[in-house]
Amino acid sequence: MNREDFPMLQKDIVYFDNGATTLKPRSVVDKMVHYLEDYTSNIHRGDYDAALRTNEEYDGVRKIVGDFVNCDLEEVIFTSGCTMSLNMVVFGFMKNYLHKGDEVILSKAEHASNILPWIKLSEEIGIVLKFAKLGNDYELSLDSIKEAITPKTKVISIAHVSNVIGDVRDISPIGKLCKENNILFNVDGAQSVPHMKVDFKESNIDFLSFSSHKMCGPTGVGVLVMKKEHMNRCNPLCYGGGMNQFFEADGSYELKSGPSKFEAGTPPIAEVIGLGEAIKYLEKIGMDNIHKHEVELKKLLVEELEKIPNIILYNKKADSGILAFNIDGVFAQDTSIYLNSYNIYVRAGNHCAKMLKDDMKIKNTVRVSMYLYNNKEDVLKLVDVLKRSEDIFKVII
Amino acid sequence: MDIDSNLRREIILDNYQNPYKKEKTNDSSYVKVNSNNESCIDNLDFFVKVEDGKLVDICFDGEACAISTSASSILIRSLIGKSIEEVKNILENYKRMINEEEYDKELLGELNVYFGIQPNRKNCALLPSKAINEILRRVSDGEDNQNR
Repeated sequence: MNREDFPMLQKDIVYFDNGATTLKPRSVVDKMVHYLEDYTSNIHRGDYDAALRTNEEYDGVRKIVGDFVNCDLEEVIFTSGCTMSLNMVVFGFMKNYLHKGDEVILSKAEHASNILPWIKLSEEIGIVLKFAKLGNDYELSLDSIKEAITPKTKVISIAHVSNVIGDVRDISPIGKLCKENNILFNVDGAQSVPHMKVDFKESNIDFLSFSSHKMCGPTGVGVLVMKKEHMNRCNPLCYGGGMNQFFEADGSYELKSGPSKFEAGTPPIAEVIGLGEAIKYLEKIGMDNIHKHEVELKKLLVEELEKIPNIILYNKKADSGILAFNIDGVFAQDTSIYLNSYNIYVRAGNHCAKMLKDDMKIKNTVRVSMYLYNNKEDVLKLVDVLKRSEDIFKVII
Repeated sequence: MDIDSNLRREIILDNYQNPYKKEKTNDSSYVKVNSNNESCIDNLDFFVKVEDGKLVDICFDGEACAISTSASSILIRSLIGKSIEEVKNILENYKRMINEEEYDKELLGELNVYFGIQPNRKNCALLPSKAINEILRRVSDGEDNQNR
């Protein structure tokens, strides 16, 4: 759907690397160019017309994000991306909140940015990381999380949709479970917020992180939604202009409260404005429509690929637009290079989920990740090229 | 003599599917490095035994694409038994060939199959040579004891 909105799709390509980043619609690019060409100015400092306009546009995006994920606009912090958001949760908040011996539940299917900060924190303050068991399809179930909970569990930190397996975790019941057990719920929304309706309040989420560039917006900006009650306890990772009330020669200072406290320095203004436009664009299409469309395409892809004997599928079941596969006996990267010869863009690798190999017994896969602008023709082209893959080495060597 | 593209493909594929010396060793007299490309997912370990200024044995293990694996196989076959100076010379010429610079064609023998490799595969082809260069650097720095 809406292919005509994406300049990059005017070329003859099939773009299936949406888990990594997404294409940008013309409206997002135009909105950013408009700021850059017509009213460039810094935020929160100027009294002239352009600066006032910039303030209005920039702050307006907080409201857009708040409406989009159902949180208060005072809970929306702009970061440099999902990775920074997750690091801010761990090193800004959890470092103050957790103590030696406290347990944090993760899964082995998590992205590096939801594991490595925790490993580092455990090294620093002695928290214990527990990995909830993955099921037969490498999916993470509510039951498995329940099993991992002990009286020492203080945090559950998981992706809403995992970036290799693409399983949609049942975040509302998990959020409820957290609330009942006085556990904080940290959600990596990188692969879900762009693709489906996510409800911060309804799902009892304490922290929700996501990136703009995976949802039709520009790179360089992401969001951390943090429950208001946690903001005072959370330290900023960066100090400087725009985040303080005052500071004096005697060393006294006071920081701002609210999101500004976490946004020292000049933020990526054009990018934030672009993110706002991207969200408006997605909402116009409708998040439920986007999710439904992706799941339908994945279903078609699975049906067709199952007919090809030498294709191994790893996550047929997962209810998202992500499919991980290999051609039997072919290194994932060779497959992606082969597909590139037909202008089909996919990703090969471990997709930053390096612990998943413990369960999957395979390090590298080819990942197809869909978005709203993919269509049936894209899927069938991929299937056709894979059907003919017996000549793969003739093509790539 | 230019290598016909079918023959070239056959040599590469044969070395990918039946790589020479693709095996691990725990022998502590070998210097080991891990070589991986930032831009891709190739991940290979190289093991080299140096005795009296000669690379008396080389092997490798791990997961990598057809180009990295085959290049490791062919390169190892052409380097075993050579002196450090000879190896350095081959690696330098190999790098020059991959980077489309003047090089000694006669010296490289079968490695000439990578002449004119697609730009997006250069890093794959260079992966084994970088690893062996790193091992030589460690040997000459006397670091080998620490890094085994």
